[in-house]
Amino acid sequence: MIDPEQKVAVALTIDVYSASHRSGSAGVKFRNGCGVLDRHEFVAQGEVPSPFAAVVSALRSRFTIEEGAPRTVRRTWLDTFDWRVHRAGLTLEHLTDAGRTELLLSSPSGLRISGESGGSTEPGRADRLGAGPISDRLAPIVGARALLAVAESEGTLRDARLTNQDGKTVVRISVEDGFTATALAPRVTLTPVRGYGREAKRARRLLASVPGFEPTSESRLDAALAAGGRHAGDYTGKVDISLDGSAPASVALAAVLLRILDMLEANVDGVVRDLDTEFLHDLRISVRRTRSGLTLAGDSLPVGLAARFAVEFKWLGDLTTPVRDLDVYLSGLDATIGESGEGEALQPFRRYLARRRRAERRRLLAGLRSRRFATLTGDWRAALLDVSDHSVTDEPTAADLAAARITRGYRRIVKRGSAITSASPAEDLHALRKRCKQLRYLMEYFASLHDPGSHHKVIKELKSLQDCLGRFQDSQIQREAITALADQMAVEQAVPAPTLLAMGKLSAGLESRQRDARGEFAGRFNRFASAKTARMITALPVRAAS
Amino acid sequence: MKVFATYNIKGGVGKTSTAVNLAYLAARDGQRTLLWDLDPQGAATFLFRIRPRVKGGGKALVQGRRPLEDAIKGTDYDGLDLLPADFTYRNMDLALDAAKKPTRRIARLLAPLAADYDVVFLDCPPSMSLVSENVLEATNTLLVPLIPTTLSLRTFDQLTEFVASLDGRRPALLGFFSMVDGRKRLHREIVERLPTQRPDIATTAIPALSVVEQMAVRRAPLATFAPRSPACERYEQLWAQAQQLTP
Repeated sequence: MIDPEQKVAVALTIDVYSASHRSGSAGVKFRNGCGVLDRHEFVAQGEVPSPFAAVVSALRSRFTIEEGAPRTVRRTWLDTFDWRVHRAGLTLEHLTDAGRTELLLSSPSGLRISGESGGSTEPGRADRLGAGPISDRLAPIVGARALLAVAESEGTLRDARLTNQDGKTVVRISVEDGFTATALAPRVTLTPVRGYGREAKRARRLLASVPGFEPTSESRLDAALAAGGRHAGDYTGKVDISLDGSAPASVALAAVLLRILDMLEANVDGVVRDLDTEFLHDLRISVRRTRSGLTLAGDSLPVGLAARFAVEFKWLGDLTTPVRDLDVYLSGLDATIGESGEGEALQPFRRYLARRRRAERRRLLAGLRSRRFATLTGDWRAALLDVSDHSVTDEPTAADLAAARITRGYRRIVKRGSAITSASPAEDLHALRKRCKQLRYLMEYFASLHDPGSHHKVIKELKSLQDCLGRFQDSQIQREAITALADQMAVEQAVPAPTLLAMGKLSAGLESRQRDARGEFAGRFNRFASAKTARMITALPVRAAS
Repeated sequence: MKVFATYNIKGGVGKTSTAVNLAYLAARDGQRTLLWDLDPQGAATFLFRIRPRVKGGGKALVQGRRPLEDAIKGTDYDGLDLLPADFTYRNMDLALDAAKKPTRRIARLLAPLAADYDVVFLDCPPSMSLVSENVLEATNTLLVPLIPTTLSLRTFDQLTEFVASLDGRRPALLGFFSMVDGRKRLHREIVERLPTQRPDIATTAIPALSVVEQMAVRRAPLATFAPRSPACERYEQLWAQAQQLTP
């Protein structure tokens, strides 16, 4: 038998936790002690002359109200360029409230961690946030990327506590308006207090009756982004383009290459400002994706176009290589220093690399600011748009092109890989790695034309092979680089003996890593070259019936 | 989740003031904190301006008919929640006695809250009963306020012996002098001498100051209205010592 009092308790609990669903007013969950409650927000629709007065006036009929003083609140939301914080379901905010600053990490499911801000509204890399629960949580999510300001707001915030006859706070209200930095609508937030669900519900009803205010589920961040014409997740490094398989091959390819050009251009500013190393990495990926497209399917484009731009994109690729190589050495060195305990001895090498990087960056920036780069991107865009406008009707379809080129790419890898023996030179593995990358890019271009299950399986096998080849090749290049750099250092400056010894150890470590990768190659290649993978390649195109 | 309890067989020695102030300090430092006012007199509940009522009473909580989390109320302070007192707690012994493993019942009731709170304070009624045995089972550290008199020290020794005689997990014990009247020679002597001789008595002593009594008038923790008062500083020190003692 149900205890009547228990029944009341259950009803009250539902009242607190799901009030938002019944009313249609969208609640944002927040954690309050051991419970997750719904916080309700309302925004002004149009002009509301004095939002705080209007809210207080509506609530005064049922509550005693303790009004707080107005204060200036500045919010700067932080995320990486590719929205890693957002994609992890989190929001990171640098908050200045009445002169006090803090970082706030929150999630719609109720997570709320506050920490010291360190002063700057743009802390850069997560490891510069300072030790604490926020950086612990963010470091694996953010990786090498910088935390950048994605939106901001500055307004006047005023709190009010609704109290009962005992002077106990039963509901909290805040009104934020008078936005200056970004044009945002006044916003009212109702925060329930645990155990006072009935009062929260009553206050919510009263707020819903305030003229000009409507419930909203749009977060402050989303509103601030929208005011700046943006939305969360508006950049991704993926070629996420949906193609029509029956479209002419040239049109589909031009659409893919245009999308890649967008990504390339989106990363230029971050490279120029040196915000983090991944801007250059992503820019180079866009260059490689384009070059692969030109190599493997360029013959689908109008005659001469692929040949002309292949030269220009090779120039751009070469322009970016030295800085990227130094970025890889530096991050690899930092990891090695952490593991090996050779930190002190390797510092001269690190300083040398950093100096080299500065010099190489000057060359890179001159290239990115050159007329040649502007012409390349401008002409390439114009040419691709022209392809979309002037396609030929009797050419193969996008689906035909995808199937033919992916099958050919796969067969070439199998043929080239089968010829590799334990005695083959490192160059042969490097050449195979390039072929694998090209196939991977082709797979990405045409992913929307593939059966998702088969696509995923092929990518998994291909990635496994690529990882192994990548480790082999990276170790080889870094080993050669250390030898070359040691020689150059010795010419340019006196190198302390402990530094040379530590560099020798680094080289030995890389050689062992390379040997391991070589040992794994045969197994991974055989799996990729197997009849099973070949069948998966055949099964890639989406069947017409489906 | 670390569980602290303020306990003394005697009443009016500063248990509630200690529980309220330490719980507030824990929450202020960012620890998710719950205070369970187990005393049917409901002084801690009163200080937080919350009504001393739990639907179904103590019996429903003890029997598990009403989950603890349903009875919890948010205080006016971030990160600090209260499980209110109820007059039916005076009969909690009976309800506990009817439960399986009666001395472990409160520990079992608290267990589901471990993911949600970092710190729990139990403000105990002044008695030696099944409730207090439950508290000893559930607690990591027992904070025992002592009036600096010979008799109250004797009571502390009895409590120490009793805890030592318990089977299984035993809480750490930290006695501290409370309501210390600096004008009394006996108080001064005991407060100066005892902590140097006994590691189980804190070096921090809470003075008998009117600002502590003001808590009941203002119905608020000391740090919210007199953060720089000597009494508040002592509570800060006591909280630091209590945390050090608690693994």
